Amino acid sequence: MAACVSVLDKCMFSLRLLRNLQLQNERLLSTSVCRPAPGNNSEQPPKFTPPSKPVIIDKTQTAASLRQFLSPEFIPPRQRTDPFKFSIERKDMIRRRKVLNIPEFYVGSILAVTMADPNANGKTNRFVGICIQRGGKGLGATFVLRNIIDNQGVEICYELYSPRIQKIEVLKLEKRLDDNLMYLRDALPEYSTVDPDMKPVPFSPTGEVPVNKMKVKMRPKPWSKRWERPKFNIQGIRFDLSLTPEQMEHAQKWAQPWQEYDMLKEYDTSKLEEQLLSEVQQEMSK
Amino acid sequence: MIRTHTVFAVVMALPQLSRSITGLLVETSSIVHQRTFSVSAVAAAIQKMTRVRVVDNSSLGNTPYHRAPRVIHVYTKNGVGKVGDRVLLAIKGQKKKALIVGHKMPGERMSPRFDSNNVVLIEDNGNPTGTRIKVPLPTHLRTMEGDYSKVLAIASSFV
Repeated sequence: MAACVSVLDKCMFSLRLLRNLQLQNERLLSTSVCRPAPGNNSEQPPKFTPPSKPVIIDKTQTAASLRQFLSPEFIPPRQRTDPFKFSIERKDMIRRRKVLNIPEFYVGSILAVTMADPNANGKTNRFVGICIQRGGKGLGATFVLRNIIDNQGVEICYELYSPRIQKIEVLKLEKRLDDNLMYLRDALPEYSTVDPDMKPVPFSPTGEVPVNKMKVKMRPKPWSKRWERPKFNIQGIRFDLSLTPEQMEHAQKWAQPWQEYDMLKEYDTSKLEEQLLSEVQQEMSK
Repeated sequence: MIRTHTVFAVVMALPQLSRSITGLLVETSSIVHQRTFSVSAVAAAIQKMTRVRVVDNSSLGNTPYHRAPRVIHVYTKNGVGKVGDRVLLAIKGQKKKALIVGHKMPGERMSPRFDSNNVVLIEDNGNPTGTRIKVPLPTHLRTMEGDYSKVLAIASSFV
């Protein structure tokens, strides 16, 4: 009994010694880590832990100077449906946006979309292309990406809020002279080719979106649509290279100049947009 | 007799030559160029009499001929062919079966739409005639692994 007790005592004593040593070591270690110059040569140098990355809070960019963008599918069409339907749809859209980050983009920007595909290698399919059209309102909003792969033009119409979409990246944010770039199908292929391994071009979250004022050269006629006609109102084609001035004048025969004065076709969305923007920003920040 | 025949032939050839010369001239000038046949807009997917583009590297599909390959029969219940359907083509004066691998008509929302009606030549048992397909194929073709696995094997990329 006494022997056990003495053994226990010795154990306790050694344990206490060890603990004290450990504490001392820890204290030493902590001071050595704090100081930039190592003071102790008796111990091994501590394992290098890189300092944590500093969180940059840019105070020059206030919330007010950030570019405010309301995605066009939030703006409800002018219909006889109950606004309640649009408000529940907006709730669902915001719920999806909290899970998947849908960035700001315009027609003419270059995007890369990764979607879940049961038939593809690794179950995901990545497609890079230029956005030629944004259509639909609410949860059925779509955008069409176009690219030319192996001399074959490919277009994919993606649904923004589809659960199959895993990631949307904006590789280059820019606007073009038109809202609808369907004429790229009849343009020379160099205007629709996008490098699939393109590096993302950095863009600033403040200020205006850069507008690419390039005018596109077209293939010889016939085109899929008569793009020279005023109903399409296309600014981004070099018509002087494909059409004679007589043909341009002949196209103006289909002009409908009375449409801009038609009051029943007016749909002013500025106040609606402000309201929706504040609502969406509030909901997203929750 | 022979002289009149040759003169007749030359007379027949001349307007064709002049048309081709004017065609060349017009092509070199970059302003106006009209095709000599009418082209209608995209109506439906592949049906009878559609001109298709053969995308494999078989000799039958790639040697030039004065008539484009045309579909003469579509092996579906309705006469409309979508991706993955078999069709019968008339190429170089012969009949040949083929598999549709892409069409200009927009289909399902997340599936690709190609700028040309693409077709791969096939034998009766489903084996492809060519050895390589450079053009990207839609991924949902992989669901028909059983019948057309050899076609999928020679494909180089999927979209």
